[in-house]
Amino acid sequence: MAVPGFLARDRIVAKPGFNRWLIPPAALAVHLCIGQVYATSVYKAALVADFESSLTAIGAIFSIAIVMLGLSAALFGTWVDRNGPRAAMFTSACFWSVGFLVGAAGIATNQLWLLYLGYGVLGGIGLGIGYISPVSTLIKWFPDRPGLATGMAIMGFGGGALIATPLSRQLMSLYDSSYDGTAATTPSGSAVALLFVTFGLVYLVFMMFGAAIVRVPAEGWKPDGFDPSTVKSKALVTTDSVSAANAIKTPQFWLLWIVLFCNVTAGIGILEQASPMVQDFFRDGDASLVTAAAAAGFVGLLSLFNMAGRFVWSSTSDVIGRKGIYMVYLGVGLLLYVALATVGSSAVWLFVLLAALIISFYGGGFATIPAYLRDLFGTYQVGAIHGRLLTAWSAAGVAGPLIVNGVLDTQGTPGELVAGDYRIALFIMVGLLAVGFVANLLVKPVASKWHEPKSQTSPTPERSAAR
Amino acid sequence: MSSPERSSTPMALIVVAWALVVIPLLYGLVQTIRTASALFTG
Repeated sequence: MAVPGFLARDRIVAKPGFNRWLIPPAALAVHLCIGQVYATSVYKAALVADFESSLTAIGAIFSIAIVMLGLSAALFGTWVDRNGPRAAMFTSACFWSVGFLVGAAGIATNQLWLLYLGYGVLGGIGLGIGYISPVSTLIKWFPDRPGLATGMAIMGFGGGALIATPLSRQLMSLYDSSYDGTAATTPSGSAVALLFVTFGLVYLVFMMFGAAIVRVPAEGWKPDGFDPSTVKSKALVTTDSVSAANAIKTPQFWLLWIVLFCNVTAGIGILEQASPMVQDFFRDGDASLVTAAAAAGFVGLLSLFNMAGRFVWSSTSDVIGRKGIYMVYLGVGLLLYVALATVGSSAVWLFVLLAALIISFYGGGFATIPAYLRDLFGTYQVGAIHGRLLTAWSAAGVAGPLIVNGVLDTQGTPGELVAGDYRIALFIMVGLLAVGFVANLLVKPVASKWHEPKSQTSPTPERSAAR
Repeated sequence: MSSPERSSTPMALIVVAWALVVIPLLYGLVQTIRTASALFTG
């Protein structure tokens, strides 16, 4: 599928002298916008009331969006690599914005299916394309620090929720004077519809700014003073190229799929249940030592560690290597989960510390995976390979809540659970992390039979499209 | 042989681009820290 000339990859090849530090803000402009998807809980109660529906029916909007994220990243990854980041960011902006506008129409007309179609399906496609759009470009601009580069962008995805959550509250209280921004009041449906229209328009402008300033490096470009041979000398790092079609035939791809799935499932186990969990762990009879306001503070703290982990741990992987950092995420994460299950209820500060570290590893796992893929498969079609790997995220998004909610349902009634009721769910997560740890240990360099011939790995549309 | 056309990226553009992403991020950070502080005060 051809794109209009102004979006074409060859129109955005940077001239010599271009400053590569313009690329991270281009990537952040997209990720800060699409990260809004993690702020949907802020208007969930309003939608339940407006549609006179259930939490499950409204929660499905988020689930559809995340499933569409994984599917569209997998389906359109090769298209993104072929046409370049401007076309991808432009397309993502259109889908994400139209998703909000169609969703707003659904709320305004009380048609839930329109909300599913708009925010869930169309918005989800925008999410998937937007998420992978800057990744391979950043890796090519920062061959000396790929972990730092992808960490910066994917940190933006975590940061998007940090911005959208308080901004949503402030905008909805502006659109509905009876809403004071706290859980004590609920905004009206029309306030949520207006919020969707606002986000649809603001995000469109912001993401188009990213699309306008993004550039790809010229063939053979490298940063001043960068010696590619120093990269090649590191274990597991290749200068060869593997196509996306071939990558999914390698055991390395599926080992990393398992690694990502296990890491994300374990993190979602805490994120999904964070607010009631901290109260349940310190329940004394009917009351909890942790108030509802403090529990909301705990969720905020986890968001900060989720975002910081993406940048800090991914940057650290440039120093200790990708395999090493995943041994930390999965191995140390496993020990932290055991501590949470056994001694986590002994002190609030200990519980908070353990959970915050676990969530920082969850964020780090997302941010480091593109650099791991680049190490193993090269930069040739790393965006498309990353897109296919994100199906692990979709699967974990279903599995994580299923495990936690399924176990807790057998242990008692929400509001009456105590720390011990979480133990089985936490030890299932320990088992998952152990599986991920072994999968990471088994990762070895990709066999040379999967490498592309040296002369055929320039990012030409025809070649990429054919494979 | 002619050398390839060179360009330099205006520093003002880089500053504006970073400001556009950092300012909203700082807003989100401050708001989240205010919420998170309830964990230690409430």
